This record gives sequence, C-alpha cells and structure tokens, in this order.
Amino acid sequence: MNSTMNIVNPKVTVRNLNFYYGNFLALKDINMEIAEKMVTAFIGPSGCGKSTLLRTFNRMYQLYPQQKATGQIILDGDNILDPKQDLNRLRAKVGMVFQKPTPFPMSIYDNIAFGVKLYESLSGSEMDERVEWALKKAALWGEVKDKLKQSGTGLSGGQQQRLCIARAIAVKPEVLLLDEPTSALDPISTAHIEKLIDELKVDFTIAIVTHNMQQAARVSDYTAYMYLGDLVEFSDTSTIFTNPSKKETEDYITGRFG
Amino acid sequence: MSGFLQEARLKRQVWLDMLFRGMTRASAFGVLVLLAAIIGSLVIGSMPAIQAFGFNFLINDSWNPVTENFGALVPIVGTLVTSGIALLIAIPVSFGIAIFLTELSPQALRRPLGIAIELLAGIPSIIYGMWGLFVFAPLFAEHIEPWINDHLGTIPMIGAFFSGPPMGISILTAGIILAIMVIPFIASVMRDVFEVVPAMLKESAYGVGATTWEVVTKVVLPYTRIGVVGGIMLGLGRALGETMAVTFVIGNAHKLSMSLLEPGNSIASALANEFTEADGELYTASLIELGLILFFITFVVLSIARYMLYQLSKQEGKAS
Repeated sequence: MNSTMNIVNPKVTVRNLNFYYGNFLALKDINMEIAEKMVTAFIGPSGCGKSTLLRTFNRMYQLYPQQKATGQIILDGDNILDPKQDLNRLRAKVGMVFQKPTPFPMSIYDNIAFGVKLYESLSGSEMDERVEWALKKAALWGEVKDKLKQSGTGLSGGQQQRLCIARAIAVKPEVLLLDEPTSALDPISTAHIEKLIDELKVDFTIAIVTHNMQQAARVSDYTAYMYLGDLVEFSDTSTIFTNPSKKETEDYITGRFG
Repeated sequence: MSGFLQEARLKRQVWLDMLFRGMTRASAFGVLVLLAAIIGSLVIGSMPAIQAFGFNFLINDSWNPVTENFGALVPIVGTLVTSGIALLIAIPVSFGIAIFLTELSPQALRRPLGIAIELLAGIPSIIYGMWGLFVFAPLFAEHIEPWINDHLGTIPMIGAFFSGPPMGISILTAGIILAIMVIPFIASVMRDVFEVVPAMLKESAYGVGATTWEVVTKVVLPYTRIGVVGGIMLGLGRALGETMAVTFVIGNAHKLSMSLLEPGNSIASALANEFTEADGELYTASLIELGLILFFITFVVLSIARYMLYQLSKQEGKAS
C-alpha cells in the first residue's frame, strides 16, 4: 500500500505508525520518510489524517489523554514515540506553526524571546540579535523593527503568521511543521509565506499540511497523498502531480474527487 | 391590497422597534437613578454624624453609644483585614482549582468537581456562619491557634500579629471563613475564562516547549487577565460586604488590636448587629455613615482594579 520510495537523506523515518482517537483508528500503518532540508507536503481531503500525522512529529497529541500513537517515528536515530522522550527537548527540535496565527498576548519582542528563554540563557544583546535574526528569517523585520515593544496581537493576520514562524524558528529547531499555515490568510500574505518556505528549507526540514494542491505543487519537493487514514501515495512532487501511479491519487489531483 | 398590508406591518415594526429601544434605555438609566438615589440617601442619613465628627470619624477607634462618641476605624480595619486575609488564601487556592480543572484533571473528574464548586457557592452565608461558630472556631481554638501562638507568635516583627488568646473567635477566623466562601466564586470564574483560551494558542506555547506552568503563567493568565481580575473582584466584593458569616465568628468587639487572633469587627457586621439597638439620631447616623464608607471602599477597590488592568495592557504594548 505504501510507497517504497527511498529517500537518500531521511531526517524523520515513520515506521508502522498507527494513531487512535479513543477507539477510532485515524492513521493506519503509515510508513514514510521525510527528507532533510526539503519540503514534504501532505495533501488529501478533510479528515484524512494529514494534520494528525503532523501532530505526531512533536507529540502534540500528548496533551489529550484519549489520543495515542503506536509504532515508531525516528528522528536522528531516536524514537520520539518512546515514553522516555523528553517532550520539551523534542519540541525545541521540532517547531510548529498552526492554521491560524496564534501570537501570545505579549509584545512582538517577547513573542520571539519566549521560546528562546526556555532553553538558553542569553544576554540582553544576544537576545536582541536572536530576535532580529528570527524576524529577518521570517521576512518580518522590516515591518516591525520600530515597534518591537508593541503587542503582537495588533499586527495584521499575515504579519501575525510570520511572527509565529519567526517564533518557531527562533529556538533554532531542525524540523518545522506547518499545519495549513496559509488557510486563514489572503492571497498576498499566502504568497509571502510560500516564498518564505522556499527560503527556509535551506536551513530547516519542513513538513507542510495543505488543503491547497497548487500550494503543495509550488512549495514542496515531496508530496504524500492521504485518504481515510491511509498513506495512498508518496513520491516526489512532480511525479505525484504529473504521473501518479495510483488511480485514487490521480482522481484527487485532477479534482474529480475531494 | 398586499402592498397596503405590508406597509401597515412595516409601520408596526418601526413602532415596536422604537418601543424596544425606549425600554432598554429606560432600564439602563434606571440603574443610574437607583445608584444616585442610594448614595443620596446614605449621605443625607449620615449627615448628623458627618457634622458631629467630621474627618475624625475615620480615625477614631472608639465606639461608645453611652457618651455618643463614634469612630469607624475599628470596623474599617476589620473589613479590610478580613477581606485581605480572605483574598490571600482564596486567590492561590482558586487558581490551583481552576488550573487543575482546565488543564490537568482527567475528563471524568471535571464535571463532578465543577458541580461541587458551584454547590459550594450556593450555600447560604448563614450556614457558613453557623459552621464557623460551632465547628470551625472550636477546632481552630484547640488545635491551630496554639500552634500559631507557639510558632508564628514568637517570630520577631510579625510575632505581634499572631499572639493572643486561643478563643477561636477572631479576625483571622473571619478571614478564613470568608476565604472558604469566596473560593467557589473566584475559582468558577477563573475556570470559565481559562476554558475560553483557544486550544491552538496553548498548543503553540506547548509547541515551543513550554511546561504547563509556563503555559499557564505566560500565556493563559495574560490572555484571561480581565476575567481573572473580574473574578477576584467579585470575590472581594462578596468578602467586603459579607455580613452573617462574619458576625458569627469575628467577635463584634470594638477594639483595635495588633493581633489577628483577637476579636474585632467589620462594617457589615457592625451594621447588622447594632441597627436594632441604635437609639438616638447620632447613633443611627453613625451606622449609616459606616454604610457609606463601605460603599466608598468598594468603589475604590473597583477603581484600583481598573487602573491595574490599564497598566498591564500598557506594559503589554496595547495602549501605546
């Protein structure tokens, strides 16, 4: 069922992953690899499990007692599903950006510094540098450099989402999870973020869930098509979009279904 | 024909709308009128006392109906101190309850615990008073006050606050009973406002690696601070004005004392106890002036809360 494609340089390896919401099996025996410093996109109709899969990579599901995962997810040789895994360290390594911008109720500067302070004790000037670095990486520095002390909630939606990306990369993670990062944004902000994803993959391994197939085609190197908890097809993006091997994938890509 | 009917209907709707608007406005302004009337009658009623004692009323600690020498210092201090003790105990406990119920408690425990807290809020205050007098005060006198005397009472500087006869009836007892009474209010408001914090916002804080404590203090609390302060004020309002329960356990002694273990008096308690026996214009007027002061204290407390919120939002960068 799953793709047998081999990725030369996998950052994350998923083996026999099953995921349960209570008794409901939401991910069925997923096997795949996520290539280092590449963009991997997850597409599929609503409820197919793509966000669920993303949320296993930083064990966000752990917050909810009824949710559990079995199998293995190997990040740099460590199984992150191991109960002994230190969650805070894992989340420093695997950053996440959500569907809607979620700035913390504090200043722009503190929004970025918040995560950094949890792991590193930087001096004032080092922290200033880190904040500037993160905001520049997220292509937001020019717009906010004069109002770092103002509230992050006062920015526009697109700016807020870039603030959240800056916040995620400020702790210098290795993997960046983007869960439909542009679904609440207008086309111009969306274009901004897509351009940003292209620049960020130089430094980070990126996994993105998207409802928008064109977006997957534009930004990703690999694409996974999921349906009802199954990983139907996983291949490099051009193959998925031009020459899919499965009929279901083709039906979805061409808009005959979903 | 139908056009005519429609027009009649339209006219009726316009008229109804105007009526509705008028009614809402009347209700809103009715509150203002009521407020002004209450303040006005309190001021008029307390005029004889204001004229007789002036500002001295606030700093005079004697309350002598025989010589007609009245001062409000004892009940003012008693009210503020008992409410202060109540908040000091109630805020951290309520915070813990609310955090446990929203973040940590297993799903199966949430409802029963939540209902228990709401039931606690519904118990009439007279029952708290009786329980305080017949159950809590004796226990307190026998087991806790001696300990406080021996351990806290011997500490230099603050020892004076904690030494006194272990009678069970005291300012501290009243403060603790008040704390028990306001905890359900503060806790249920805190729980309600913590529940409206978007899951995604909390997840993003967990997502950068924050612990539950960091998420709660750095994200949940700032996000909900208006509601949290509102809940605390609701509790404080109840503590300041609580009459029956306090009357039972505070001792109703017009005597100023350093020790929290000595009996004292609060404004509401003094009013409830003494109105029936207040003969003479000056006695009654003095009691009414106490009421006016309680009103004023509540007003000041609310203003301070507003000001604190304003300062907080300025710090966060919203007001700039």
